Amino acid sequence: MDLASAKQLGAGLAVIALAGVGVGIGHIFAALVNSVARNPASRDRVFGLAILGFALTEAVALYALVIAFIILFV
Amino acid sequence: MAASGSIDALSQFQLHPVLGDVGRTLHIAQSNVMMLVAMVLTLLLLWAGMRPRALVPGRLQSAAEMIYEFTYNMCLETIGPEGRRFFPFIFTLFLFILIGNLVGVFPYFFTFTSHITVTLALTMVVVIMVTLVGLWIHKLHFFSYFVPQGVPKLLLPLLVPIEVLSYLSRIISLSVRLFANMMAGHVMLEVFGAFVIMLGGLGLLWIVPAGLALAVNVALIGFEILVAVLQAYVFAVLSCIYLHDAVHLH
Repeated sequence: MDLASAKQLGAGLAVIALAGVGVGIGHIFAALVNSVARNPASRDRVFGLAILGFALTEAVALYALVIAFIILFV
Repeated sequence: MAASGSIDALSQFQLHPVLGDVGRTLHIAQSNVMMLVAMVLTLLLLWAGMRPRALVPGRLQSAAEMIYEFTYNMCLETIGPEGRRFFPFIFTLFLFILIGNLVGVFPYFFTFTSHITVTLALTMVVVIMVTLVGLWIHKLHFFSYFVPQGVPKLLLPLLVPIEVLSYLSRIISLSVRLFANMMAGHVMLEVFGAFVIMLGGLGLLWIVPAGLALAVNVALIGFEILVAVLQAYVFAVLSCIYLHDAVHLH
């Protein structure tokens, strides 16, 4: 296997982390729907927390993406 | 880009000297110019917005007041009553990143937050200030922050290094989060923009997929605006949380 194809495979492997991120974001919004359904009045407060959690989880996806970019282009 | 058959996604982040010979001598890149633009826009928003001082605010004044109140409440809620002292810092940080992110969405504009040097510098300012604030308020007692309470003494040699490491890794996580979000978004825009050009060049039959790619690009711009605001908010709120930790020690 030459270096170029190894790089492409490595970049592909690096973004497997997105599976975990998908599960995490799904959990966050499932919990958001649950809590808003139980107590609609809490929507404003819970929504901010959910967005914060979403951004923190999404950052993990972007770390994987950055690693993939580094493998591919740097 | 289309001619060579590969997508050159990262060249959009390259820095070029601007303003001719003056810029070349002083090392002024488009990134620095955009920082000045962000600063001027921030000052304009606040100055022009608050100039009427109307009791019933107009559109611009509402925007200025809303950003102000939003950040102020965020400071007070996250840090506590002491948050008032840190509000100017958080407000400056939030507006600088917010305007920088938003300006970068416009075509032909440069996003200075898509460079790790910029976000790392901002993060270093935050982390060093948080550490100094902790040392200033609690003196040497600040180091008890790294000693978790209510754990067996036997575990401390293991836990204290972990706490120190997690404290230091804030530098990486905070800076890479903002940088990676902005960079990934702009790479995505570039990739779909390249799709439009590549597909459009293939012939009449490929107009429809090219249009689809263009539609995706339009949606992505909307998503980028969301991410720009969200990441500025996240950066500010995490700075607030770190300040809370430094002020209250857990």
